[in-house]
Amino acid sequence: MGNINHKESFISKYIFTYDHKMISKQFLITAIVMGILGVSMSILFRLQLGWPGESFAILETFLGKWAPGGVLDRNAYLALVTIHGTIMVFFVLTAGLSGTFSNLLIPLQIGARDMASGFLNMLSYWFFVISCVVMIFSLFVEGGAASGGWTIYPPLSALPQAMPGSGMGMTLWLLSMTLFVVSSLLGSLNYIVTIINLRTKGLSMTRLPLTIWAFFVTAILGVLSFPVLVSAIVLLLMDRMMGTAFYLSDIFIGGEALDATGGSPILYQHLFWFLGHPEVYIVLLPALGISSEVIATNSRKPIFGYKAMVGSIIAIGFLSFIVWAHHMFVTGMNPFLGSVFVFTTLLIAIPSAVKAFNYITTLWRGNIRLTPAMLFSIGLVSTFVTGGLTGIILADSALDVTVHDTYFVVGHFHIVMGLSAIFGMFAGVYHWFSKLFGRMMNTKMGYVHFWFTIVCGYGVFFPMHFVGLAGAPRRYYDSTSFDFLDSVTDLQPIISTFAIVGALAQLVFMFNFFYSIFRGQTATQNPWKSNTLEWTTPVEHIHGNWPGALPEVHRWAYDYSNPAHDEDFVLQTTPLKDGEVGH
Amino acid sequence: MKLLILLVTVVGIIAVAQLAKIYQLSARLRGHREEDISEADTRLQGSLWIVFMFVLFGTTIWQFVRYGDYLPPSASLHGEAVDMLMGYNLALVIVVFFVVNALIFIFSFKYRFDKNRKAHFFPHDTRLEVIWTVIPSIVLAVIIIYGLQTWSEMTGPASDDSLRVELYSKQFDWTARYAGDNDEFGSTNFNLITPLNPLGIVTQEGIDQALLKIEDKIAKLNDELTVEKGHLLAEKVELENTLHPSDDHGHADHGHADHDDAHHEMSEGYKDNLEMRLAAIEDLLNSGNATVMTDAAYEAKEDKIYRLKRHRQRILELKNYEVGEGLDAWEVGNDDRIVKSEFHLPIGREIEFIFRSRDVLHSAFMPHFRAQMNTVPGLPTRFKIETTITTDSMRTILDNPDFNYILLCNKVCGSAHFNMQMTIVVETQEEYDAWLSEQKVYMAEKN
Ligand code: HEM
Ligand SMILES: [Cu+2]
Ligand SMILES: [Cu+2]
Repeated sequence: MGNINHKESFISKYIFTYDHKMISKQFLITAIVMGILGVSMSILFRLQLGWPGESFAILETFLGKWAPGGVLDRNAYLALVTIHGTIMVFFVLTAGLSGTFSNLLIPLQIGARDMASGFLNMLSYWFFVISCVVMIFSLFVEGGAASGGWTIYPPLSALPQAMPGSGMGMTLWLLSMTLFVVSSLLGSLNYIVTIINLRTKGLSMTRLPLTIWAFFVTAILGVLSFPVLVSAIVLLLMDRMMGTAFYLSDIFIGGEALDATGGSPILYQHLFWFLGHPEVYIVLLPALGISSEVIATNSRKPIFGYKAMVGSIIAIGFLSFIVWAHHMFVTGMNPFLGSVFVFTTLLIAIPSAVKAFNYITTLWRGNIRLTPAMLFSIGLVSTFVTGGLTGIILADSALDVTVHDTYFVVGHFHIVMGLSAIFGMFAGVYHWFSKLFGRMMNTKMGYVHFWFTIVCGYGVFFPMHFVGLAGAPRRYYDSTSFDFLDSVTDLQPIISTFAIVGALAQLVFMFNFFYSIFRGQTATQNPWKSNTLEWTTPVEHIHGNWPGALPEVHRWAYDYSNPAHDEDFVLQTTPLKDGEVGH
Repeated sequence: MKLLILLVTVVGIIAVAQLAKIYQLSARLRGHREEDISEADTRLQGSLWIVFMFVLFGTTIWQFVRYGDYLPPSASLHGEAVDMLMGYNLALVIVVFFVVNALIFIFSFKYRFDKNRKAHFFPHDTRLEVIWTVIPSIVLAVIIIYGLQTWSEMTGPASDDSLRVELYSKQFDWTARYAGDNDEFGSTNFNLITPLNPLGIVTQEGIDQALLKIEDKIAKLNDELTVEKGHLLAEKVELENTLHPSDDHGHADHGHADHDDAHHEMSEGYKDNLEMRLAAIEDLLNSGNATVMTDAAYEAKEDKIYRLKRHRQRILELKNYEVGEGLDAWEVGNDDRIVKSEFHLPIGREIEFIFRSRDVLHSAFMPHFRAQMNTVPGLPTRFKIETTITTDSMRTILDNPDFNYILLCNKVCGSAHFNMQMTIVVETQEEYDAWLSEQKVYMAEKN
């Protein structure tokens, strides 16, 4: 392949392409579209939460019969919350983040001409598209989309008679997620194989940039945990359609005692969270990897404690498999079992703390270039710390009893998963935009975008902790009938206002992004003066990435401001000087 | 409305055009590259971190001042321990939040880019890394030990003399049950649920009533099926064929031995029966009482009958047995008391809640008692509390005469999930006893 520039048709170049750079762009744009959808949904239901029962013409315009008279219907509320969560967690932060940056950076940073299998890579994208389409389609079926929360606990999700959203909408949700898992598995296997087999000469595992380490562990988590979700889904489908009773027992509903006995709804939760918890790290680790790279480059310093960073990624990955039942402290699970999960969950805080401190030490005495990507990465470190800290409270089972399923949890996971991961994604887009599109994004607009986003992000999710501590349950369409929540009702409109402003601020990003694709400043080869291999490829995309032979690596990725060199960066392809000690 | 959309579109277009202009101005005209961050920008962005720090910390403190007393004092004993634990954890978390975030923001400002400076090459330092592995480990060990102590105290077994109260959830309300004079709950079975027996308590009466109800339903469905026109017509044709086989002689399949047997050896009595049935069908068809049903509807009804029969079978399989002192299991529940919309608890007693659910998952959340437990169909769950403050005292403490303790649902369970509440009243033992004796006994409303 290499530098042979053969003619390609539109379809093979832009649609069913095997080229990892194009697939990366496809993932990014699809995720942005899904992101717009997911964020818009949250604005629609935040209107109801901020000003309960008030009429908004915009709701009726967009939702029609779901918002009669401009007031959101209660079933529509639950459907919106559910699909918002599903879209954000899976379609934006899982497929969008890994799909975009694993695809773009793995071959470029390890010195490979493409992914191990371009064909599987293409399939992975198209399974993702189909699953998006099915999910969107499910909004329009009779009874509406799935409405039991993004965790779709049975029996609610198993019994069509339990709520309107548990009919056709739920079946489509399950179908969509199954397709999604296929996409994710194809992608992950490809990433793993590529990283293991296609590293260029001299690039040992201990010289890999932290981005690649993060993508590698993420892919392994995906391969090990997503199949468990599929089993959970298949059993649920069988309960729904074939009269089995894996999750059902002793149920009387719709005036009828069901035949099902002997199943357990709790079994589903064990299966779901066996995926669910690793999933939060599948979302978070790539963001941490991206920020490691961005922070080192823009601090002009080696990432502090490279080995500890790799070690903590692996430790977090491993531990994330043995903490799942911290989502289930109040299911009636044996309290001793709960204790074990308290222990393992709090263990995760140790590698997380190590990572946070290492980031901060990287900033210390750096020479920090405050690019938009850097701002987002610094913001990520802040939200990662803040969200991790509230996780300590949730992990303490005795405390979880009082805040489980309240807005406290919503605040926690949005700060640590929502904000951190989204910040990582933005950082990646601003930093590698020139590798994606050959042009630069506008810096000034990046600044405006960042400050609005972090202020609104904290403005939305920080107060939620207090709402939750006061006892406000999540997934409530309206909590005004509870007098004891009066003390925090004045926070609701504030939160909603921040949400609306924050969402509008994303328009600045959208404009900057799409405008720059066509009109941005043409990029130079290595604008950030970075060490890694992707900056040795030409700005123009070519098949095979490097026009000549593959680059050879002589050092690690973090020789920034190395006193042995005059420049404050040293490309990985630069041979060691006489007497220089390599890494 | 159309006007509004038009307006929004126009404003949108103008905004985009303006943005494009700003974009051009900020990048092209000044002729410098996007990746070169000017000194002014560096200063501004660095300072903004400090501004942001003050805003974030300021609003955090403000929120703590204003919303820090997030709930009234705990009305349960274990809740006091939980509140204390929460206090320590929150304090620790907040201190770390301030310190670590301050470091991040201050470093971002202090070490902002200066072209005359080179960053300090500092790839690792084992001592530092050990420090910040070990210190968090120690802090976390303390948190774990303290937390698990509280946890094991609050989840330990309830004492024998605790008051047991059952909370039962269904879409979308709660029912509470108290054991009657015999101090024991009657056992329950979801197959016995009827409007008069909403908890499915197993008593002879409950069983009879449930069976009666099922028989009623089956009979009614059967009645509907027997007057279905299409099926009546089909049966009529079949009867006529059996009675007058010669009619279809030419078409009949001679190969079938049993077919031949049927009409050669038909007894007189049998024939009479068939003729009677045929006459009845003709009467029905002529009477105009026959109804028309789609095949699907007919099958659905047949299916329903099948399920009802299975339901009946499950009830018939229930076995009576003796519980202590020769008490008949089916008698135990007779004096259970059932309460809706408000339930009472005595002060200073240990109370063990037993949670059951009829249909989907719900969660019994009592924030004032720092208590929460899911209710799971098919799997009873428990939670114990000890009440410490009566409703009246709490009203005085809060200076709010309308205050009430509350039970709410905290696991999404359907469209009215947000409105599934029950009032809890805590009062003296005497008041409680008086209240309980007034409550309805199981099936009291039957006549
Ligand atoms: C220091 C690390 C962390 C700890 C100790 C922690 C702990 C917990 C615990 C115990 C819960 C269960 C709370 C409950 O259900 O009441 C929870 C919920 C959650 N966490 Fe974390 N967490 C940590 C980091 C993360 C990260 C990094 C993410 C995502 C990237 C995340 C995402 C979530 C999500 C999505 C939920 C919500 C579950 C639901 O739907 O109820 N957490 N966390
Ligand atoms: Cu988890
Ligand atoms: Cu509920």
